[in-house]
Amino acid sequence: MNNKFKIKGLDCANCASGLERAIQKIEGIKSANISFMAERMELEYDQNNEDEIIKKVKKVIKREEPDVTIEKI
Amino acid sequence: MEKKLIKIIIALILFVFSMVVKFENVWINNILFIISYIIVGFEIIRKALRNIIRGKIFDENFLMAVATIGAFGIGEYPEAVAVMLFYQIGELFQSYAVKKSRKSIASLMDIRPDYANVYRNEKEEKVSPNEVKIGETIIVKPGEKIPLDGIIFEGETTLDTKALTGESMPKEAMEGDEILSGCINLNGVIKVKVTKEFGESTVSKILDLVENASSKKSKSENFITKFAKYYTPIVVSIALFLAVLPPLFISNQSFSDWIYRALSFLVVSCPCALVISIPLSFFSGIGGASKMGILIKGSNYLEALSNVETIVFDKTGTLTKGIFEVQRVKPAGISEEELLKMAAYSEYYSNHPISKSIKKAYGKEIDEKQIIKTQELSGLGISARIGNQDVLIGNEKLMHKHQITFTKCNDIGTILYVAIEGKYAGYILIADKIKEDSKIAINELKKNNVKQTVMLTGDKKEVGESVSKELGIDKVYAELLPNGKVEKVEELLKEKSEKGKLAFVGDGINDSPALALADIGIAMGGLGADSSIEAADIVIMTDEPSKIIKAIKLSKRTMRIVKENIVFAIFIKIAVLILTALGVSTMWEAVFADVGVSIIAIINALRILKIKNIK
Repeated sequence: MNNKFKIKGLDCANCASGLERAIQKIEGIKSANISFMAERMELEYDQNNEDEIIKKVKKVIKREEPDVTIEKI
Repeated sequence: MEKKLIKIIIALILFVFSMVVKFENVWINNILFIISYIIVGFEIIRKALRNIIRGKIFDENFLMAVATIGAFGIGEYPEAVAVMLFYQIGELFQSYAVKKSRKSIASLMDIRPDYANVYRNEKEEKVSPNEVKIGETIIVKPGEKIPLDGIIFEGETTLDTKALTGESMPKEAMEGDEILSGCINLNGVIKVKVTKEFGESTVSKILDLVENASSKKSKSENFITKFAKYYTPIVVSIALFLAVLPPLFISNQSFSDWIYRALSFLVVSCPCALVISIPLSFFSGIGGASKMGILIKGSNYLEALSNVETIVFDKTGTLTKGIFEVQRVKPAGISEEELLKMAAYSEYYSNHPISKSIKKAYGKEIDEKQIIKTQELSGLGISARIGNQDVLIGNEKLMHKHQITFTKCNDIGTILYVAIEGKYAGYILIADKIKEDSKIAINELKKNNVKQTVMLTGDKKEVGESVSKELGIDKVYAELLPNGKVEKVEELLKEKSEKGKLAFVGDGINDSPALALADIGIAMGGLGADSSIEAADIVIMTDEPSKIIKAIKLSKRTMRIVKENIVFAIFIKIAVLILTALGVSTMWEAVFADVGVSIIAIINALRILKIKNIK
């Protein structure tokens, strides 16, 4: 299942693909896709560990792009 | 954004002033440069420092900070300020362009209804469309958006469907008509029985589709992000070597000269300019298409569309209207009106599509009292007694069976022969009609480098061949079962060249497997047909085949611009890098290779949004 997030505060398309790569490396993430233009992120992960995974994602975001915020939709 | 603009303007004024007015004491100029630099570059330096702490060194803030501070270090004050200033101008321009392109999609998002007036407990209530259930009554007033799909049961109006279809002609709607969410009610008050929940309504499905469109990335996008991934580290490493090695190993070479060259490299090494114009182009393409009533589910499909080699059409409902209509009434011995009347009366109780088309063609009230009796003769037709006359209506076999001499009609379609009181009275030709723009569409496809057009149909061979001949289609496969269509698509996929793409165009009813199998599945008349919106890669909201041409043209234009941008940006960057390494070009050229190239590429990409010149 794909989980959709609104992603705000990305500066540029290159930062978006950098962040995408970093999130893909997180354990438990099956796939990650960020669209800079649409300000959207789609993540595929094990729904049972959702809280834990989202915590990890937020941590990575804080490290890579501190100005970025996400919100599940 | 406003704040950033003001900063840039102030910094620019200081910069220009300091460039033009030369003070006795150089330090006054230099201090002006430094003030200008701090105003425009503080934010970058702050971000760069923050990133160094986290070990991110190929970040563009860091690159810019090193390049400019380095330039100050070797005494190149104007260059240092210029790099930062133009970099920020480029960034500002970029965010303006991104906003503009996002808006093209956002205007489509305007179709999202905010509320529904639902009729509950004999009162009108304003609620969120999400809360309305199937079967409830909603009231839509003039100027409001239709919040949910439903059927009008009271009132009539005209609807503006432009946001959904790109069609500017308003559409009439009255009692009994099905209406779709996302349209705007123009003049009448209507009461609507809701048939779908909000999540399942047309408007939700379309919004969902468009919002997700950019998650499927095209090859060009993947190429450029990959390129950027390696480009920056390579250029930065070369810069490092340039700064250190030549002065150490070649005699008479000064460090400051080579450091200057290395810093110029850092300026050119920023990847963003290169990266942004590609997704921007595709996003603009998808936005432009949606304005024309063409929904494209991903950049990859927009890209593939420019390489279409074979287009396979389903016949019924795609190239033809899929509605049976009376094409010709040929009476023998009685008037046309009388023949049609007798036929309509005889077919009155039948619900077959052919009977319906006859009743529709007759178009007048039917006096049931005159229908004394009717009897369906399976595989033959109908025998009826209308008023005081016996009527036979049906195929050739029926005429033979009753030994009635008749003139045979050899036209394509369904032919109903009519005999009144045992005497031949004429025939009625009923056929599916070809859409007005089908011929233009097929013709234009050829002009747009589509090598082969194919038509698949479950219909009889003669029908298929006559339609394909009239339209100028290359190949036709008739009398196919639903499975047969999938098999033919499989075969054609094997026949095409490796690079060429195969598109399948259907109306989304019964042909989901073929839509999914083709490289590009195009569903026509997407409005209302849920399954097609899901199965297809491209949804054409109206039922005009000529929209496919527009989509292909838009795709070709997008791809041309994407290629122009990739080639142009990479060429200029590499050229400037070489010239810089040789000491021919300066940091000013480096600024152009970074900011100038990005601005030109963005302006080029925004051209895609001008859909008006796509005809």
